[in-house]
Amino acid sequence: MIHGHLYIFLACLFGLLMTWGVGANDLANVMSTSIGSKAITIRQAIIIAVIFEFAGAFLGGIQVSDTIRHSIINTDVLNQTPQIFIYGMLSALLAGMSWMTLASLLGLPVSITHTIIGAIVGFGAIALGLDAVHWHQVKIIALSWITSPAIAAALAYILFISVQQTILGKAKPFNYAKRYAPIYLFLIGVAMAVASVIRGLRHLGLALTLLDDIFIIVGLGLVITVIGTFLTRKITIEPNASRHQHFVQTEKIFAVLMLFTAASMVFAHGSNDVAIAVGPIAAVVSVVQAGGSLLVKQQIPYWTILLGSLGVIIGFLSYGRNVIKTVGQNITSLTPSRAFAATLSAAFTVVVATGTGIPVSATQTLVGAVLGVGLARGIGALNMTVIRNIFMSWIITIPAGAIFAVIYYNIFSYIFGK
Amino acid sequence: MKPNSPIFRMFGRSPIRPLQKHMAKVTECAKVLLAFISATLDNDWAKAEKLQQEIVELEHQADDLKTDLRTHLPKSLFLPFSRGDLLVLLKLQDNIANIAKDIAGLIVGRKMHIPQQIAMGYIDLLKRSIDTVEKTSLAVNELDELLETGFRGAEVSIIENMIQEIHQIEHHTDELQIQVRQKLYAIEKQLEPIDAIFLYKVIQWTGDLADNAEQAGNLLQSFLAS
Repeated sequence: MIHGHLYIFLACLFGLLMTWGVGANDLANVMSTSIGSKAITIRQAIIIAVIFEFAGAFLGGIQVSDTIRHSIINTDVLNQTPQIFIYGMLSALLAGMSWMTLASLLGLPVSITHTIIGAIVGFGAIALGLDAVHWHQVKIIALSWITSPAIAAALAYILFISVQQTILGKAKPFNYAKRYAPIYLFLIGVAMAVASVIRGLRHLGLALTLLDDIFIIVGLGLVITVIGTFLTRKITIEPNASRHQHFVQTEKIFAVLMLFTAASMVFAHGSNDVAIAVGPIAAVVSVVQAGGSLLVKQQIPYWTILLGSLGVIIGFLSYGRNVIKTVGQNITSLTPSRAFAATLSAAFTVVVATGTGIPVSATQTLVGAVLGVGLARGIGALNMTVIRNIFMSWIITIPAGAIFAVIYYNIFSYIFGK
Repeated sequence: MKPNSPIFRMFGRSPIRPLQKHMAKVTECAKVLLAFISATLDNDWAKAEKLQQEIVELEHQADDLKTDLRTHLPKSLFLPFSRGDLLVLLKLQDNIANIAKDIAGLIVGRKMHIPQQIAMGYIDLLKRSIDTVEKTSLAVNELDELLETGFRGAEVSIIENMIQEIHQIEHHTDELQIQVRQKLYAIEKQLEPIDAIFLYKVIQWTGDLADNAEQAGNLLQSFLAS
C-alpha cells in the first residue's frame, strides 16, 4: 500500500513517545503504594518494573490489544479506504501522547486506557459517523471503569479485614504473621496464575488441559510460597518483645509479601495498560502488512508489544523513577500491610478484567482498592479533595482524548489526503 | 511533571502522631506543677516563679501543636475515626495544660501559701491528678497501635483496660479532693476569707486536671467504636 512504511514508522515513533509517557506517569502511579509504604526499595522497584512489565504485556496483553483494534469501531466500512483507519490509529497514538504530556504537566493522574478509548471513539464518531462506533462495547468498557474500582475496593476491604482477623488483631501479631504469610503468598501466586499466565500461555500456542491449568495455578502458588518463606526466614522476634516490636516485625513480613504483590501489579499494568497502548500500533502494522486489508484477522505482531514495553520502561527509568524517589518518604499513613491489601486486590481485579478483554485502568483500580482499605479503617488519613480531583481528571480524559484524536485525524487527512 | 504524583498526594498526614505529641507536651506541663507547689511550700518564690514560667512556656508549646494539628485537618480528610471526636479530644487535652497554667498563675499572682494542715493532702491530690493525666497520655499513645490493628482485636481490649484504670484513678482523686476540702473547711476560720476562697479554687482546679484527663479517656472509647 502507498506510504505503508511511512505509516509503520510513524506508528512506531508516536507509539514510543506515548508509551514513554505511560512509563513516566502511569507506571510510577501503579508502583506508588509499593514504594510509598517503603516495602520495596527504588532498586527493587526498577527490577520488578522491567521484568514484569514485559511479562505482563507478552503473556496477558493480547486480548486487550485485540479489543482496541477490532471491537470499538466497525472497521468494515473502511475496507476500501484503509488509510482512514490508519489515520485514526495514528491520531489515537498522538492524542494519547499529547494528553499524557499535558496531564503530566498539570499534575493530573490520567490513564492511558481512558485516553486511547476516548480517542478511538472520538475518531470513530466523527470520521466514520456515530453508527460506526460499537456503542454496546463502549458501554461495557465505560461500565467497567465504574465496576473495576468498586470491585477492587470490595476485595481490598475483605482482604484487609482478613489480615486484621488473622494477624494484626492478635495479641502477638508477629507469630500469626509468620503462620499465615505462606497462605497469603500462595494467594498471590494463584491470583497471578488464574487469569493471566494461563491465558497468556494459551495465546503463545500451548494447548493446555484443565489439569495443566490446575497444575500451573498450584505450582505458581507453591513457588511463590517457597521463595517468600525463604525471604522471611531471617525476620524473627525476641520471645518477650513489646507489642510495638511485634508490629514493626509484622510489617517487615508484609514488606516481603509486597515484593510479589508489586510484581503482580506491574504484571497487571503490563497486560492491560501497555497492551492498550500497543493496540493502535499493532493495528497500523497489521493493516499495512496485510496490504491494506482490514478483513484479514492477523495475530498481533509481537515486536510491537516489545516496542511498547520498551517505551514504558524507558519512560519509567528516565522520569518515573524521579517521581517515586521524591515521594517515597511522604506517605507515613501507608504501611506494607495496607499496601499489600490494596495492591493485591487491584492487581487481581485488573488481570481478571484483562483476561476477559475489557480494558480497565490499573491506576484507577488501585485508587479504588486504597479507598477500600480506608473504608476498613486501615489508613490514617485519605485526602478526599485529591481523590475527587483524580476522579474528575478521569472523566475529563475521555472527551480530551476524543478532541485530540479528531484534530489529529483532520491534520492527517489534510496532509495525506483521504 | 510535578514531583508529587497525585496518587501519592491522596494519602494525607495522619493526625494521630501530632495528637500524641500534644498530649506528651500537656503531660510534661502538668508534671511541673508538682515541683512548683513544692517550691511554694518551701517559700522559695524565685524558684516558684521560674517554674511557673516553665509551665507557661510548655502551655504555649502545646497551643502551637494544637493550632498546627487543627490547620492540617481539613474537612476533606477521610479519617478512620470521627473528626469531631478528634477535635474534642484535642480540646480536652489542651484544657489540662490551661488548668495547670491557671493554677500556677493564681498561686504566684496572689503569693498564696498552702497551709501546713492541708499541704500533705493537697500534694496527694495533685500527685494523683497527675497520675490520671499520665495514664491518659499512655492510652493516647496506644492510638497508633490501634490504627495499625485497624481498630479491632487485642489492641481494643488493651485500651479498654487503660480506660478502666483511668476511671479508677480519677475516682480516687475525687475522694482525695473531698478529704482536702474537709481539712480546709476545718481551718478556714483561721484564714483570710479571700485566701480561703482561692484555696478552694485551687483544689477544684487540681481535681479538674483529672476530670479532663478522664473525659479524654472516655472519648478514646468512641474512637474504638466509631
